[in-house]
Amino acid sequence: MDITLPILILAIPISMFLILGIGGVKMSRKTAGVLGILGMGTTLTLAYTVAFTYFFSGDPAFIVDGVRQQLQVFDVTWLAFTDTLVVHLGFLLDPISAMMLVVITTISFMVHLYSWGYMEHEPGFQRYYSFLSLFSFSMLGLVVATNIFQMYIFWELVGVSSYLLIGFFYKLPSAVSASKKAFIVTRFADLGFLIGILLLSFYTDTFNFMELTHNPEGVLASTGGATFMGASVLTWALVLIYVGGMGKSAMMPLHIWLPDAMEGPTPVSALIHAATMVVAGVYLVARMFPVYLMEETALLFITCVGAITAFYAAVVACCQIDIKRILAFSTISQIAFMMVALGVTRPGLHDGMGYMSSMFHLFTHAMFKALLFLGAGALIHAVHSNNYTEMGGLRKYMPITHWTFLIGCLAIAGIWPFAGFFSKDEMLTAMFANNWIWGAWMTMVAGLTAFYMFRMYFMVFWWEENPHYKEHKPHDAPWQMSVPLIFLAAVSCVSGFIPFGELVTWNRLPYHIHIDPQVATTSLIIAAFGIGLAAWLFMKRNHKPAAMKNAMPGLWKAANRRFYWDEFYMFVTHKIIFNIFCRSIAWFDRHVIDATMDGFAKVTQKTSVAVKGMQSGSIQAYVVWYFLGAVAVAAITWICLL
Amino acid sequence: MDYSQFSAMIPELIVLGIFILVFLYDTFAGSGARKADGILTTVLFGLGTVAIFFAGTVPQECFGGMYVSNSITLALKSILNIGVFIVLIQSLKWTDSDDMTLRRGEFYELLLATLFGMYLMISARHFLLFVIGLETASLPLAALIAFNKKHYESTEAAAKYIMTAVFSSAVLMMGLSFVYGLSGGSLYYNDVAAAVAGGEMSGMLIVALTFVLAGIGFKLSLVPFHLWTADVYQGAPTSVTSYLSVISKGSAAFAFFVIFVQAFGAAYPEAWEWMLYGIIIITITVGNLFAIRQKNMKRFMAFSSVSQAGYIMLGVIAANSIGMASMLFYILVYIFSNLGAFGVIQAIENQSGKLSMGDYRGLHKSNPWLAFAMTLAMFSLAGIPPFAGFFSKILIFTSVTASNSMALYMLVLIALINTIISLYYYLLVVKAMWISPEEPVVPQFRSALSERVGLWICVAGIVFIGLLSPIYQLLTDASVADAAQLFAWLG
Repeated sequence: MDITLPILILAIPISMFLILGIGGVKMSRKTAGVLGILGMGTTLTLAYTVAFTYFFSGDPAFIVDGVRQQLQVFDVTWLAFTDTLVVHLGFLLDPISAMMLVVITTISFMVHLYSWGYMEHEPGFQRYYSFLSLFSFSMLGLVVATNIFQMYIFWELVGVSSYLLIGFFYKLPSAVSASKKAFIVTRFADLGFLIGILLLSFYTDTFNFMELTHNPEGVLASTGGATFMGASVLTWALVLIYVGGMGKSAMMPLHIWLPDAMEGPTPVSALIHAATMVVAGVYLVARMFPVYLMEETALLFITCVGAITAFYAAVVACCQIDIKRILAFSTISQIAFMMVALGVTRPGLHDGMGYMSSMFHLFTHAMFKALLFLGAGALIHAVHSNNYTEMGGLRKYMPITHWTFLIGCLAIAGIWPFAGFFSKDEMLTAMFANNWIWGAWMTMVAGLTAFYMFRMYFMVFWWEENPHYKEHKPHDAPWQMSVPLIFLAAVSCVSGFIPFGELVTWNRLPYHIHIDPQVATTSLIIAAFGIGLAAWLFMKRNHKPAAMKNAMPGLWKAANRRFYWDEFYMFVTHKIIFNIFCRSIAWFDRHVIDATMDGFAKVTQKTSVAVKGMQSGSIQAYVVWYFLGAVAVAAITWICLL
Repeated sequence: MDYSQFSAMIPELIVLGIFILVFLYDTFAGSGARKADGILTTVLFGLGTVAIFFAGTVPQECFGGMYVSNSITLALKSILNIGVFIVLIQSLKWTDSDDMTLRRGEFYELLLATLFGMYLMISARHFLLFVIGLETASLPLAALIAFNKKHYESTEAAAKYIMTAVFSSAVLMMGLSFVYGLSGGSLYYNDVAAAVAGGEMSGMLIVALTFVLAGIGFKLSLVPFHLWTADVYQGAPTSVTSYLSVISKGSAAFAFFVIFVQAFGAAYPEAWEWMLYGIIIITITVGNLFAIRQKNMKRFMAFSSVSQAGYIMLGVIAANSIGMASMLFYILVYIFSNLGAFGVIQAIENQSGKLSMGDYRGLHKSNPWLAFAMTLAMFSLAGIPPFAGFFSKILIFTSVTASNSMALYMLVLIALINTIISLYYYLLVVKAMWISPEEPVVPQFRSALSERVGLWICVAGIVFIGLLSPIYQLLTDASVADAAQLFAWLG
């Protein structure tokens, strides 16, 4: 493939970042917004061209005997530290990266457009657009990485842009602490990622994904059976790399940053914290999947973490009041769903269908979750509050938002014919194929998902009208915001029918999707039950929810407080780490390290004073020093040698 | 004689051509048209830089092997050209002043003449040609240093420079006469190499090595041959100081590498590795110790450059092709960083005549862009990532550790400790500019276009050169290609 388009896909967003970042001060809001949208629109067109050429042109460079090829469009040496430690930067084109190009550019473009309406009156509009471009660049660079080190670099870049955007309203203390929290937690997880990378590359002498994944047996052999604390080095490396993914994808126990990240502007939550960046962990595992297949232990770890997280987040989502928080926990739960689907994948089970379904769900989830977030943004825009207690009965006032939101809810609940039904059904089939426990457990989570999503839907659009509407009548958002909603709703209606198995599979061979009637019926019934329960409880104003809450006040409070994870972290950091460890380290720092350094400084200063006589300013002295110096060098060498 | 050999000397011929053009223009143009001297030289030199780089080179030896032209000499000449180009841009404002009217042309002519000498030093593979190059580069420099005739310091600096230069030349000549005796009557690097490789370690060789080291060490301001540096840097016009600190040093460092590796390579493990080892340690340390105490910015930069010369010498002590490549890379980065710093010093000096570090207090309030450029330059000199200086330091350290010798690891460790000391004084400048709460001493002003252009080039260099690895790759390829010649004495 010609390298022009791939380079442009990366070059346009980064130049847009520089142009808006440097020149933004001197631009009007309109210029900045139009520039940002046009830039992203161009990137979108190019990315679509690349993806469609890759999937549908039938070119032998892309597909040979039905096998889709992986190819490095370009791969240049960036830093060559030693012969083996060489960092490349490149562009890897294969089914998942092409799919991610479509997802990222679509959502990013929608968010760019939406923000034009949503952020219209916010100060720092130009800065906002430049950060969006930076994020788009980083995320695109991440998915097309040819090697794990490039991925790590862009991994940190998305972390930085996420930090910048969460803290966009930097005058709000809550936004500032949320951005710090997100950065520190993910950065902490990335430490594991880095150690994992170093371990893996130490044994395999390569960072390159194609070399790693095309010959996973070789990777395994190269570790030479080395073990550490009872597990093989490869398991350790893979689990540590996965820890990086846990941080970005908000798996338990590193999930605590994502709900707080909702302090950022809502379109940002839609782009970064729902559709793209948070699935980086899933993408990472998918990218290295052939290597993960070598280590069942690592896959089992992924499955367990995912299953626990999915259930936990679903329960918490049932007891939140802030609609963005509900969506955040729903995101955590859905990503965990994808993780489990990856974790249960084995080549022998339905030809590795779990992988395909996980990627399928990543795709559909990105669309409908972005839709839900943007819908939530429209609601917040209308009533100026994040809490559903300030909403209710909005279906009459905001028809567009209502219908698109309903489609999003149906999609995530997994109702036929919306997108989520297809991907979720495939995932559940894959889980049942591995072990019925995973299948049953995750079906329960799917039921919970339907329940909490419709709980929110009914509380927002039905229940009872808020009396404040009389003073301030809510209305649908301007066209810049409605167009993305309608577009994404349309995508959520039809994307389930995409023959995804033909495009993306773990071994890049086509897989023919067929619906498993047993699983499909079960999950439909469970989802319908969840929705029905939600309708029975929340459609009209009544006392049942309050009664239920009062019946189990402890449980409700615990779930509302997210089972005290934040408090637990606070306790560990403040009471244990700060108090016990940090104090002693601070003492050591002050009295040993600083004192040593002060000593060095004193000695340096003293010596500096002592030798200053050398620089007397007298030229005779200079020449004497010069000559004596030369003689001394000769004399010392002579004495040492002869 | 085969005159086609001159075609290998394209860089020299181009510089000579520019020199003659500028000379003729300055001589015959009217006093009004003479104002354009600076612009003319800068533009011609910019074109010449591009021409020299793209004319390329076919590796060849001319004039019986006295002069060589290959990709690494071309690379260094191009690097120096970039530096000279920036110096020319930065000097435009200064040469524009009224009391320069009569002498404006001379400044450019002398500058080009020294550059011509440096080219010869770089390409020489015979000690005679090397000495001619060295003297051609040295003598006009004395005139340049004395350029501010009315300033007492300028004249004093020139006197100090010429006295020390003459003395060091004498020492170098004496060393070379020993070399002549040692090699049995030849001054070709290759003949000397053969004699050194075939002969025993003798007192004569040690004296020869020491005196050659001292002679070139003077140009590089290695300790203890550096004492002229501070006085001369302080007294000379700032444009000349910046030229001295980067261009002159860069060419001498390369000549040092070629002479010691190609001609005296066989004596490396026994003798000069350890001489240089000691010299590097004291150079870096003494440079740092003096830099800590300086209050005058130009004196401060003088000692900083002494210490930086020690780091450049690390490339020589590595004595391999990676060392050569990383030394050239270091010089390139050093050019941008140092000229960035001098650009700011010069802009402030031209405007307000202020030169002391105390005058930089609160600079960010009155002149944020100048403070920004200075900060980047200081960060790069100190080697803070991700600026270019970090990469050049890491690459030169890597080249030294390539041979896996314990002693060289220790050397890198000592150099690293000294980096911490250097961080202290570089950050003193940054602190004065950004953190000191006092009201700014230097009032707000708009610097001249030429000064701004020069600074932007330097800032771009500092930010991007480290991240653009193709440059380093290019230098590595060039030095690997040249290695066969350098290590010919290995047989």
